[in-house]
Amino acid sequence: MSTLTTAAYLVSSVLFILSLRGLSHPSSARRGNFLGILGMTIAIVTTLSNPGVLSYKEIGIAFLIGGLIGTSIAVRIQMTALPQLVAAFHSLVGLAAVFVAASAYYNPSAFNIGTVGSIPIGSLIEMSIGTAIGAVTFTGSIIAFGKLQGFVSGNPLVFKGQHFINLLLGLGIIALIVKFCIDQNQELFWLIVFASFVIGVLLIVPIGGADMPVIVSMLNSYSGWAAAGIGFTLSNNLLIITGALVGSSGAILSYIMCKGMNRSFLNVLLGGFGGEQAASAGGVKDDRQAKQGNAADAAFMMKNSKTIIIVPGYGMAVAQAQHALREMGDLLKAAGAEVRYAIHPVAGRMPGHMNVLLAEANVPYDEVLELDEINRDFSETDVAFVIGANDVTNPAAKTDKTSAIYGMPILDVENAGQVFFVKRGMASGYAGVQNELFFRDNTLMLFGDAKKVCEDIIKGLEN
Amino acid sequence: MSEISNQLENLSYKAQQIANEASQLASSVAETSGGHSDFIIFGITVLVLACFVGYYVVWSVTPALHSPLMGVTNAISSVIIVGALLAAGPIDSNISKYFGLVAVGLAAVNIFGGFVVTNRMLSMFKKKQ
Repeated sequence: MSTLTTAAYLVSSVLFILSLRGLSHPSSARRGNFLGILGMTIAIVTTLSNPGVLSYKEIGIAFLIGGLIGTSIAVRIQMTALPQLVAAFHSLVGLAAVFVAASAYYNPSAFNIGTVGSIPIGSLIEMSIGTAIGAVTFTGSIIAFGKLQGFVSGNPLVFKGQHFINLLLGLGIIALIVKFCIDQNQELFWLIVFASFVIGVLLIVPIGGADMPVIVSMLNSYSGWAAAGIGFTLSNNLLIITGALVGSSGAILSYIMCKGMNRSFLNVLLGGFGGEQAASAGGVKDDRQAKQGNAADAAFMMKNSKTIIIVPGYGMAVAQAQHALREMGDLLKAAGAEVRYAIHPVAGRMPGHMNVLLAEANVPYDEVLELDEINRDFSETDVAFVIGANDVTNPAAKTDKTSAIYGMPILDVENAGQVFFVKRGMASGYAGVQNELFFRDNTLMLFGDAKKVCEDIIKGLEN
Repeated sequence: MSEISNQLENLSYKAQQIANEASQLASSVAETSGGHSDFIIFGITVLVLACFVGYYVVWSVTPALHSPLMGVTNAISSVIIVGALLAAGPIDSNISKYFGLVAVGLAAVNIFGGFVVTNRMLSMFKKKQ
């Protein structure tokens, strides 16, 4: 690699780092994204000027087709469908890593790693590890995509001996890699790919829909490690640096999500949490009656409130209620109330999902606060309006040691003067735990579709 | 006395020879192993340092922008296109080249999709008027 090429790749790496750095504040974020684009452009142009790259026409066509597909999807996608889009994109990185590794295996001289049948052992190890991670990322992301999109049931799929099979498969892949490094046999290469495809599926099927934020972040991390693995095969620092950035980013996001649920990463990975089984097992029959209100009551009470905190959850995304919610907030502000939004770290199906949806509905980002920033304010708040969230407000997380969600940080909506719960029915949340809050004196349930309820309240406020 | 000094001279000569042989051996070992084994250590150094950079940079990202963060990281992880381009580069058509072209297409979907969707997300974040 020439000095100039190396220097250009270094510039790209620095631009990628600055691009992530830009995301530290919404005001610098767009410039950050632009720096990322610039870094990618430099990387691509530099590679195209490599003397070994000659088939510009075919490359141009492939690039154009991919670019058109990517752009048209990204322009059209609804913001509520972001999590599945990101999962789908991760799968492509994984698959691309597999193809690059396969290509390096069949034509090692293009990558300066020896000739067919006599690839140095170091390159073989890197190649096979990159392939395995890429393949796991591919099928794992497809299953995650299916669960988020609803093609695959969001319930955890557990069966006996599942973890044992995963362990056997994992060991099998390691054995295959060792054998492949000795024999350099092409059947072995594809066996590694196939076994990794299978383990990718098996790893994700036992994990329930609401744990997907952790999984999407984890797969994000994997796609980074796959890129870093290929970087070793190519002896290319740009790929290694970028892979490490993406890998650590995904790992940190998974950690934040796990902490938001007070669960260990291993506990999430082992799966089986939540879904219908947990709901039927954990939900003790409750004869107590929750107080039910209607939109007109809620409109009247909120109109006479000074401070209101809105707590959105996944239910808001499902009902596409963000625009109606913002309109309701605007009317309340016009009536003289202070309206703010409280976001739990695991609200929604991907990190920061709620923030994007509220931003889409034109809610200014300085009205949207994180758990730590706003949690103390509930005790001085007249109304807490919970829309499509449940477990993240359950006080049992603080008091009931036997509860499945014990220890999870929650939003203290119970401290507000009046709590409204917008829900479709009395069903328990993802964790399968009954929410104590429903039966409190200061709680009023507003049953119905989140969007419909907001619209009804808007009508009430306008009268 | 002269005998001892002769022997010493002999000894030092032999030591010199052995040292020469050793250095020749070392350089030939380095040649046969290719520059690559050197790169592994170098690459791991870069990887570890980059992980630290990533750690500090990502923790400084505001939680409100975690979705755009996933969008950007998704786009930049497609830097794997560098490998795909090298694979697709040669003039003569073979299976390796086709794999490379497919990888170019897949990575391009991601690059464009990732950056465009991130830009869409970020353009929505507005301050209070």
